[in-house]
Amino acid sequence: MSDPAPAGAAGLFVLGATHHSAPIAVRERLSPTPAVAAAVQADLKALESLREFTMVSTCNRIEFYGVGVQPDTAVRVQEIFCRHQRFEPAEFDRFRLRLHGEQAVRHLLDVASGLDSQMLGETEIFGQVKDAYAAAQNAGHTGAVLNRFFQKAFQAAKYVRTHTAITEGQISVANVAVDLARDIFGELSAARVLLLGAGEIGEKTARAFQSRGATAISVASRRLERAMELANDLRAFALPFWLAPVKLPGFDIVVCATAAPDTVIQVAAVTNAMRQRPARPLLFLDLALPRDVDPQVADLQNVFLYNLDDLAKIAEQNLRAREAELAKCRALLDERTGSLWSSLAPRLP
Amino acid sequence: MLAGLTDRSWLWIAAACYLAGLVSGTVSILRGRRQSGPAINGFIAAGYVLQLIGLSLRGEAVRACPLGNFFELFQFTAWSAITLYFVIGVTFRSSTLGYFTSSLAAVLTLVSLAIPAWDATRRANLFGGNPWIELHAALALFSYGVFALLALTSAMLLFRHHSLKSKHVGGWFSFLPSILELDHISLRLLWAGVILLTASLAMGANYWLRDTALVHLPKLMVTCGVWAIYALTLGLRLRGLLISKRFAWVCAAGFLAVLLSLWPVNTNHTPAPPPSAAQP
Repeated sequence: MSDPAPAGAAGLFVLGATHHSAPIAVRERLSPTPAVAAAVQADLKALESLREFTMVSTCNRIEFYGVGVQPDTAVRVQEIFCRHQRFEPAEFDRFRLRLHGEQAVRHLLDVASGLDSQMLGETEIFGQVKDAYAAAQNAGHTGAVLNRFFQKAFQAAKYVRTHTAITEGQISVANVAVDLARDIFGELSAARVLLLGAGEIGEKTARAFQSRGATAISVASRRLERAMELANDLRAFALPFWLAPVKLPGFDIVVCATAAPDTVIQVAAVTNAMRQRPARPLLFLDLALPRDVDPQVADLQNVFLYNLDDLAKIAEQNLRAREAELAKCRALLDERTGSLWSSLAPRLP
Repeated sequence: MLAGLTDRSWLWIAAACYLAGLVSGTVSILRGRRQSGPAINGFIAAGYVLQLIGLSLRGEAVRACPLGNFFELFQFTAWSAITLYFVIGVTFRSSTLGYFTSSLAAVLTLVSLAIPAWDATRRANLFGGNPWIELHAALALFSYGVFALLALTSAMLLFRHHSLKSKHVGGWFSFLPSILELDHISLRLLWAGVILLTASLAMGANYWLRDTALVHLPKLMVTCGVWAIYALTLGLRLRGLLISKRFAWVCAAGFLAVLLSLWPVNTNHTPAPPPSAAQP
């Protein structure tokens, strides 16, 4: 819980709960449905002491940015949210983030830049905050203060992204896998992806491939009906499991994520596949434990093999590189926080 | 002379531009940053224009394509590689290739300028006033420029391959184009180089068959040897017998053969003083 400013301060504030203080089970309970979110915003609009507000709701945070004219406005906002969300205010206090004035400014700049994210430097939050602000603006919930506040925060976030390496290198296993595929094949639109195993990690990786342009995805699972189900979800093709090694020459990227106790992809099958496509590289992403692909496959010419440990190591290296950029990002945001706050303060009630 | 500067002075300034591209790219790498495409391309473009002025002045003085000594051969090869880079660089969208090209051009031009003996004499009556023989020589040298660029893309492919196999994919390696892009561009360059060299040799053979004393045997053997290396490489690559890392190694090593072949090519004729030596 952060509450460095006096509870009764008026003016600019942020109120909410984030992954820093609230565990996932709490965040699930704090996440409003669209109907609840609409009801909360309708009541906030009617709150006389609240001049402007924007609600940001993601899987890692629920936050209200507001401009109040009374010292207790933030408390009123909390009451309204807890009432609609059926969340005990006393319990909310335990996880609550409440910042005022310049600290609130700094918080939004950190959030929009991805510095406050669970995955440091991720860029998705920028779009989420932008969408939340656009919705608030369209609904007439923002005014001169929040409009300037958010627009300047977006500019600062873009500046940080451009002038530091905070967003460089992927830090999730699925995205690292996709980056590796791009290092080998470039654009993924023409790459043919085979997903072996229809479990959660395989699905996540397949979706990461889709989000980066891969369209030709096939799913093979020991349970054909499960493969068909996932293929249907992904708008991909389903393949009987026994056919996968035979069809290997037709694929560029093989994501292995089965629960098989033994090796699924043998050297002989890959050697045979490469004979039919010698000039085209073949990438194996072995996300299974125990491993699905015989490690000797890595010795074959034009074949690349990465297992879960390899991917995790790259993700960790990228994270360390991002962390090394933190001081630089903070210095850049320090400057902007000061100047933004001095331009906002005179406009506040 | 142009603007009070001799051809060599223009070529020195051009070499300095290529060197600036090399230095700025190296600084970016050391800082862990992607090279700035506009900056690298700016240095290369400036170097290219200045080199063109220098070579034009030399060509005007000798009243032929400037291919009369080692100095001119190295300069022309570097200029050809840069010309190709401007064609390929646009589609390749890689500032890393620009960095490599700038580095190669800097090395070739600076080495040729730093050894005055290479420009002390030049071959007299090189083309016998025959424009077809001049075209044959220019095409052969242009194909060497293509092979220079092929050596660069091959070196990049080897770096990329090593990084992916050894699982060190971060840092500078991440600025390299993908394996497939490098492979495709290398294959296209190989095709272009072989076609140009074949055309050049066919043109030369036409005159050689009329007078076999026209060309010394070492030059003939070395030139045909270079052509055979690349033609064989292309054939094996198309049949899928020489791929990936091995293909890249052969293409990179092939350029060494190209550079070495310049010696017998250059010693084919009787030397004479270079025209610029007679000029103030």
